[in-house]
Amino acid sequence: MQWESWSAFWNMGGAGFFVWGSYGLTFVLVALELALVFQRRKDTVNRLLRWRKAVGRNGSGLGAGKESPGESRAIP
Amino acid sequence: MLSAFLAVLRRDLLLAWRGRADVLVTLAFFVIVVCLFPFGVGAETNLLRTIAPGVLWVAALLACLLSLHRLFAQDHGDGTLEQLLLSSEPAVLWVTAKVLAFWLTTGLPVVAVAPVLGMLLDLEQGAYPVLVISLALGTPILALLGAVGAALTLGLRGGGMLLALLVLPLFVPVLIFGAGAVEAELSGTGATAHLLLLGGGLAGALALAPWACAAALRVSTE
Amino acid sequence: MSRSDRGPSILRFAAPQNFYPLAGRLAPWFAGAAAVLTLAGLWLSFFVAPTDATQGEVYRVIFIHVPAAWMSMFVYLVMAFWSAVGLVMNTRLSFLMSQALAPTGAMFCVVALWTGALWGKPTWGTYWVWDARLTSQALLLFLYLGFIALTRAIEDPRRADRAGAIIALVGAVNVPVIYFSVKWWNTLHQGASVSLTKAPSMATTMLVGMLVMAVAAWAYTLAVVLWRVRPMILERERHTEWVGAELMREALRQGGRA
Repeated sequence: MQWESWSAFWNMGGAGFFVWGSYGLTFVLVALELALVFQRRKDTVNRLLRWRKAVGRNGSGLGAGKESPGESRAIP
Repeated sequence: MLSAFLAVLRRDLLLAWRGRADVLVTLAFFVIVVCLFPFGVGAETNLLRTIAPGVLWVAALLACLLSLHRLFAQDHGDGTLEQLLLSSEPAVLWVTAKVLAFWLTTGLPVVAVAPVLGMLLDLEQGAYPVLVISLALGTPILALLGAVGAALTLGLRGGGMLLALLVLPLFVPVLIFGAGAVEAELSGTGATAHLLLLGGGLAGALALAPWACAAALRVSTE
Repeated sequence: MSRSDRGPSILRFAAPQNFYPLAGRLAPWFAGAAAVLTLAGLWLSFFVAPTDATQGEVYRVIFIHVPAAWMSMFVYLVMAFWSAVGLVMNTRLSFLMSQALAPTGAMFCVVALWTGALWGKPTWGTYWVWDARLTSQALLLFLYLGFIALTRAIEDPRRADRAGAIIALVGAVNVPVIYFSVKWWNTLHQGASVSLTKAPSMATTMLVGMLVMAVAAWAYTLAVVLWRVRPMILERERHTEWVGAELMREALRQGGRA
């Protein structure tokens, strides 16, 4: 064990600001990136669902896949 | 094949001659940027003499950057570009011709005016030949690399800023060796190595950039 | 999937409708690996690795700085690789992969620069020196930003894919040139006041901690890129039947939750 106490751990030999500043920003950025990725997935799915509904109402049929002849393979 | 090259070159030079105000604007921009520096950093002669190579090179680089959008925009607008792409001539050939014409009308005037601006900044006498040679070798590289960026951003909204973001990181090595050549000459170590590297860079850019530029033009006009 | 059909089955995943579920299945595993490795790496970095003899505790930034710098360069190479594959083989998925990689690469660039600055202040007395490595790292960030800005600015997806691929390749060709030139410039301008090349002699535990963190960063990148590419696939393939089925499934799942 390197540290005598928790306060020594947080102090980092006087370099606490620099060490925790580095790790802090890194984890903030990682969390932000993950949040953005999941938000984007949700947005995309909702937008595409709305888009498909609109296409369906125009009479071309829900999930008819009019622009994809022959691509009817099941999802494994 | 050579005749196609010359035809495109002559056509672009003729167009540039008709719109020669644009060329003068580029030149005026170059002069004004250089003249801004004494106002910014103070008119102390020693300081100006020290920063002269860098200032002249950065100003030349910006002048080149700001005129890049002209390279393909007009041809894109009136459909000439598509006809050229459809023609049987190899695209690399006429792309090189267009870049050469562009350099002759924007790079060469900058190279010619640079010594005069060097006097304004009290650049030492002995450095003028190296300044001119480094700019003459370096600005064609800027034009070649910039042509790829100009082709990629063709017709995009806010293309100017995007073009700057794309090509400025690529311009850094040219700036380093160009301004470095003049500084090396001033410090007495000799500029041969810098100039050789610039020449090598020009050869490399000449071999690769027109090819990438032609591919980019195809992508942008599809 | 049986072992015998693994050869052709790998090519099968070049098709978006096969890759989409695979990515969804693999991403959580990589994310889990990243989490476990990060915890192990942090434990190694803070509780096992000894205090550095010359730098004291500040050096512990290295466990995040070096892996981030490695990843930022590696991701650019992978991005250029997928761009080349896309241009040569004309596979839509490759372009999507390179576009999904770019934000993570840029993120690692920012992390490397930020941690470098915070490490620099106590060791060299300044947040930034115009050192070859720092400067190249900053230029790499600009290359990433240029790629992202270009692909976002073009509306036509086909053009965006190919234009992005071209600029990624042009950048990849230029990265060594940039690094070499910046190094050259640096040796001419920089006095001997700051020597970054002298790495402090590293204890084995330090090296192990750094490597574990690097593998964690790699697993994280894979997870986040797979997660990011999935909605991009849905978007591009929205006209196909399988995306319709997938969306119906999503709608049911959302309905069940609400």
